[in-house]
Amino acid sequence: MSKKKISRRKFLVRGGLGSIGVLAVGTYVFRNPIRRGIAGAIDTGETPYVGNTNAPIIWFEVTSENNIILHSPKVEMGQGTFTGLAQMAADELEVSMEQMLVVHANSASGNMDGFATGGSTSISTLWVPLRELAATMREMIRNEAAVKMGISAENLSISNGVFSSDRKTMTYAEAVKDVTEWEIPDTPALKDIKAYKFIGKPIPRVDLKDKVFGTPMYGMDATMPDMLYGAVVRPTKIGAKFIDADTLKAESMPGVVKIVKEKDFVGVIANSQTEAENAKNVIDAKWEVERNWQTSDIEAMIAVGKGEPFVIQKEGSAKDILEDSEDTIISEYKSPIGAHAQLEPNGALAYVEADKATIMMSTQVVKITRDEIADRIGLDSDQVNIVPTFLGGGFGRRLHTPNGIQAAVLSKAVGKPVKCFFSRTEEFQNDTFRPPTNHVLKGKLDANGMIEAIEHNVSSGDVAWGSPMLPGILEHILGADLGAWRGGMIQYGEIPNYRTISWRKKLPFATSWWRSLGLLANTFAVESFMDELAIAAKKNPIEFRLAQIQDDDRGFRLKEVIKAAEEKSGYTDEVVNGRAMGFAASTDVNTPCAQVAEVSIENNEIKVHKVTCAMDPGLAVNPDQVRAQCEGAIIMGMSASMFEKMEVEDGELTPTIYGPYKMATMRNTPKEIDVVLLQNSGVPGAVGEPPLGPIGAAVANAVFRLTGKRLREMPLKLT
Amino acid sequence: MKISFVLNGVSKSLEIADGNTPLIWVIRDILDLKGTKFGCGKAACGACTLHVDGNAIRSCSYPIQLVEGKQITTIEGLGNEENPHPVQQAWVEEIVPQCGYCQPGFMMATAALLDKNPAPTDEDIDNAITNVCRCATYYRMRKAIHRAAELNAEINANIDVQNS
Repeated sequence: MSKKKISRRKFLVRGGLGSIGVLAVGTYVFRNPIRRGIAGAIDTGETPYVGNTNAPIIWFEVTSENNIILHSPKVEMGQGTFTGLAQMAADELEVSMEQMLVVHANSASGNMDGFATGGSTSISTLWVPLRELAATMREMIRNEAAVKMGISAENLSISNGVFSSDRKTMTYAEAVKDVTEWEIPDTPALKDIKAYKFIGKPIPRVDLKDKVFGTPMYGMDATMPDMLYGAVVRPTKIGAKFIDADTLKAESMPGVVKIVKEKDFVGVIANSQTEAENAKNVIDAKWEVERNWQTSDIEAMIAVGKGEPFVIQKEGSAKDILEDSEDTIISEYKSPIGAHAQLEPNGALAYVEADKATIMMSTQVVKITRDEIADRIGLDSDQVNIVPTFLGGGFGRRLHTPNGIQAAVLSKAVGKPVKCFFSRTEEFQNDTFRPPTNHVLKGKLDANGMIEAIEHNVSSGDVAWGSPMLPGILEHILGADLGAWRGGMIQYGEIPNYRTISWRKKLPFATSWWRSLGLLANTFAVESFMDELAIAAKKNPIEFRLAQIQDDDRGFRLKEVIKAAEEKSGYTDEVVNGRAMGFAASTDVNTPCAQVAEVSIENNEIKVHKVTCAMDPGLAVNPDQVRAQCEGAIIMGMSASMFEKMEVEDGELTPTIYGPYKMATMRNTPKEIDVVLLQNSGVPGAVGEPPLGPIGAAVANAVFRLTGKRLREMPLKLT
Repeated sequence: MKISFVLNGVSKSLEIADGNTPLIWVIRDILDLKGTKFGCGKAACGACTLHVDGNAIRSCSYPIQLVEGKQITTIEGLGNEENPHPVQQAWVEEIVPQCGYCQPGFMMATAALLDKNPAPTDEDIDNAITNVCRCATYYRMRKAIHRAAELNAEINANIDVQNS
């Protein structure tokens, strides 16, 4: 968290923002160096807020209707960040929620996160700075109102963006009107948490009505006058290199405006979406493919023991104890390749002109996308304006969005706006997949049935590496992939000897961030194995865990969520009425989460009836949205743990459509999801990803109690 | 070819070059109603669900030539903020959407379900609502579907009172 205060300097003021804006203010906020960001990422796996340090930044506008527009540097992909930020700003600005409008800051506004929206850290990293900005702006406007009203600032109270004294009132809009030069006061003290009207309350989402009444808001909804439609031929096979294409047939297809052949792709521009697709489908592209990969090749690559190991956690002498003992228990776990399968396909609407370009798209990485596009079309970065839209799902799929390049190249070729999106088949074949993993766990119990030594070996395809967000230097410093081991470390600090080893693999297809990164697979492996050890020790799995958690703050918060989940679920080891319970817990980005799944077997299939989830994200800015994230993450985690799997067949990733790519839907949704929120930390922590961790192991552990069968491979299958 | 139909209560007559053009692109790109979403193009996800003569259909796989003379309703025609459809009202009450992209399709599928089955059981919902939501908002959706059924029942009860 930045301790730096906003510096005292002249505000940027501009007028004439069309019908809504009477004033925009901007400031330099914390010149937080990227160095701090990297250190934070190494320490906790957190994605920091990296503000633009070189230009005035527009955060707020006051409109003539006395509303406030917040230009968010973080994008809204469903996680509820816009609502949380609006609550934080409204409380310090002393305006109502109805007066807050949140929009995506475009890159030209300067308020652009140099890193990304991801890692469950949007609220936590802006917790202090956004409120400080809002409080500063409030005082700044109050000073202007005082001058205009002829009343001293301390005698002006504020309610819903209106100043009042015992004699008169003045709105923010009136106070800021025609002011051309501003003095920024020293950063005021933030209000006491108890004084907040919106923070901590279950306020409805600010984007709720737009999303219920069908308002255009996503990248795919973007339009511009004279817009044309593009389609790009994309490879179907892993590692395919574009050689050439025969486009003769496509050129004479109806509606085709132009065929564009580049060094790395061929695309078509047409008058309509359907005409673009039809023409694309008759292009005969030639690709060079070195090898026709199969699932078995990938599985062989990903085995623990191959490649270079990096010890990422070590306490005591686990290695020697486990190697020397005949009582060492060894288990192997696996997880498959996973697809993002977000509903809105990737793509962009681009308009490239001689000396500028405008790109409207769904992306989690505004700055990187801007720089990549500028580089490809030969413009300077500040000539390219990325206008982020609401995302039809993120989940990490849009943490690298070079697809904007293709729309830009097509637009440049034709001198008009071009909208170009992936087909669903292309999405599945060209995803940046969740890498498959292989885990070997070793453990040994002492004479009292507690863990004497434990070791987790995780082999995974790259997650963080290969992402343009992380400087290459980190790779050399760390060696191991910090994304891949997220959630993989042993969280039971009372165990005297433990070790975690990361085996890194570069796979032949793109692997990257997928909501919670390594957390899902790592927690499945480690928490299933903890269950195996508890059963070997003939102990209750919850008591077994509690006894081995250390007595520090992190341990305290983990124990509290475990106890809350136990109590709320009425956990029992017994099978009751054909149903059994399974328990698992994880800590991700400092947010502990414990879950109990209540499961039966029906028609030889696993059925999850109820999930109890206790999580401590710290201060919950919007408890309802924290609950919503828990509910969604639990079902998404069930989906990935129980159903989803990509295969590699003759070089192609498959399946390429929903349905065959089996996912949890309404039918698989538990009838009851009981979320208990603890707030044993005074500041907001991570929310969007942590609740995805425990569910796979919780379900597998319940299945063991029902059937005696230990399922060690995702997706979980009884036969 | 010339195609005529009624969209959200308004008559439309269009000249369409290719009668096989999927309905979704006519609605989104020619008639500029963006609430109907493209998800897969193969009727597998339901994001593009709208009503043709009261039936929920997946418009990405429905050729425009089939709508001649028919009534089409999209999310924009289902209701609006001032006059929401009970399904939309329930969606607001339960705060269902996260990313929101798939939600119009779910609401259209739900509205069609409730027209035929005013009080669906959980099993009915499982069988009828087969759309895909990657944020996995299914838990709140199920609550909202039951709530919409309640709201419908209240409206019908009021109509009965007025008529008696």
